[in-house]
Amino acid sequence: MAEGNIVAKTGNEAMAEAMRQINPDVVAAYPITPATEVVQIFANFVADGLVDTEFVPVESEHSAMSACIGASAAGGRTMTGTSSQGLALMAEMLFIAAGLRLPIVMADVNRTLSGPLNIHCDHSDTMMVRDAGWIQIFSENAQEAYDNMIQAVRIAETAKLPAMITTDGFIISHGMEGINILDDQEVKKFVGEYKPEHYLLNFDKPLTVGALDLPDYYFEHKRQEIEAMKKAKAIILEVGKEFADKFGRSYELFEKYKLDDAECALIALGSTAGTIKAVVDSLRAEGLKVGLLKLRVFRPFPKDEIRDALKILKAIAVLDRSDAMNANEGPLCLEIKAALFDKCLNKILINYIYGLGGRDIKIAELKNIYSDLFDALNGKKIDSVNYVGVRE
Amino acid sequence: MKDFIEIRWHGRGGQGAKTAALLFGDAALASGKYIQAFPEYGPERMGAPVTSFNRLSSKPISLHSAVTNPDVVVVLDPTLTDTVDVTEGMPEDGIIIINTEKAPEVIRKEMGLPDKMKVYTVDASAISKDTIGREIPNTPMLGALIKATGILDFNEMLKDTRKKLEKKFKSKPDIIEGNIKAIAHAYNEVKS
Repeated sequence: MAEGNIVAKTGNEAMAEAMRQINPDVVAAYPITPATEVVQIFANFVADGLVDTEFVPVESEHSAMSACIGASAAGGRTMTGTSSQGLALMAEMLFIAAGLRLPIVMADVNRTLSGPLNIHCDHSDTMMVRDAGWIQIFSENAQEAYDNMIQAVRIAETAKLPAMITTDGFIISHGMEGINILDDQEVKKFVGEYKPEHYLLNFDKPLTVGALDLPDYYFEHKRQEIEAMKKAKAIILEVGKEFADKFGRSYELFEKYKLDDAECALIALGSTAGTIKAVVDSLRAEGLKVGLLKLRVFRPFPKDEIRDALKILKAIAVLDRSDAMNANEGPLCLEIKAALFDKCLNKILINYIYGLGGRDIKIAELKNIYSDLFDALNGKKIDSVNYVGVRE
Repeated sequence: MKDFIEIRWHGRGGQGAKTAALLFGDAALASGKYIQAFPEYGPERMGAPVTSFNRLSSKPISLHSAVTNPDVVVVLDPTLTDTVDVTEGMPEDGIIIINTEKAPEVIRKEMGLPDKMKVYTVDASAISKDTIGREIPNTPMLGALIKATGILDFNEMLKDTRKKLEKKFKSKPDIIEGNIKAIAHAYNEVKS
């Protein structure tokens, strides 16, 4: 029996609900499938007078992020939402938001990038901007999307970095589940009032934002941004702990699912991690020592923590829902490998590219990946990169 | 019924297959179950074959793959059975509920369904015309589904659906009453 204030919501409804409770000063957005509903529902809240937000309906995503940058620099708590091509069109401005250290929070509903034209889920959109200086937090389901949005406000404002919260397009964004919604007052108290340290509308301390930064200082400013990303890890953990203490749902950099005594494990992002949990349960019932590392925070990348968590494993499969088009491995696999190489931890590590353009990942396919790992342990040669469920 | 069940809805774009899955999921949630309700997104055209899905369990559901082996199938439009394999992936002893004026045994023969399969029929189109005033078979099929499966308490489900409809059709009480009547009629009239 589900407990608490449980209501049926899609991922998009859950994210919009979190935004209503956060009640930001400014939202600037342009609609795009499958993220449209996030801002559409929020626009209804604005029209119905349920929030105090200044809603800016812009003519493109480039303008949406530009307006967010202006609003955030002025000192307002600022949010937006997008997906895929929308995120691509924002790309130029994303680096500026991060470089100016503006704590904008974005809901990104993961969708593949064209072409060929496709509106369904994979992670290529957020992977494209992985180096933009934004904190990136993935959600397994609608509940996590809701909880992550609320935490993101605190994380971004403390780290002075922008943050994007993602859900898997259609699978989570349009799938309805029962989720636990907090009281409005609880959320208001948790996110607190935004008091920026430096902002344009502070007439007592006039400020220039976005000035030319030549070789004599640019590097120092980037170095500070790099340091902010390093420090964000601790902030994410602190905010997650406070959230767990107050509301009972615990959030860290990643979730270890039956990993501590496992021999073989999968690493994945987003909704597939949920499906893998069901597979782990069923293989455990057969007596196999299998587990899962569900990565929640992709930026900053928790290298040391992941390496420690993987120490006891013998064989690992990294699941990438995007390809880096590098004639090598997927983006998540490359980072995991780099983390292990640091201490020369020799393990079997195999990459699986799956689910591009919304291709379903099936229980049987995930079971096969675990058996590949056990086969590899027994000396069978498995390709280093595999493409799941694709017609060759 | 077993503890974890999967349902697939077949309809045509515009018949409300998605809404039916959402309403059913919502009602199941209100009765204390863990639920999922989701449509399959393809080309969205009026009249084209569409599907939507439910998962119900007494435990949290972490699965997020597609439903490929449904325990229960609900068919909103009988003409779909000519072109779509509505029983695809079903177990031999699954439950199929079809909106048609024909008797279950006639359907079983026509579609060549296995003996073990539980076949239910109800004329949801006629019921919706009588009660709502136009042909929208999705809500009556909710009543038929609950009768055929016994998954939810009928009165609780009716109460929750009324609440949902009241939110959606604030200014149109006729529509709310019509839909509630349609669900009750189908619940009483479904044949096995």
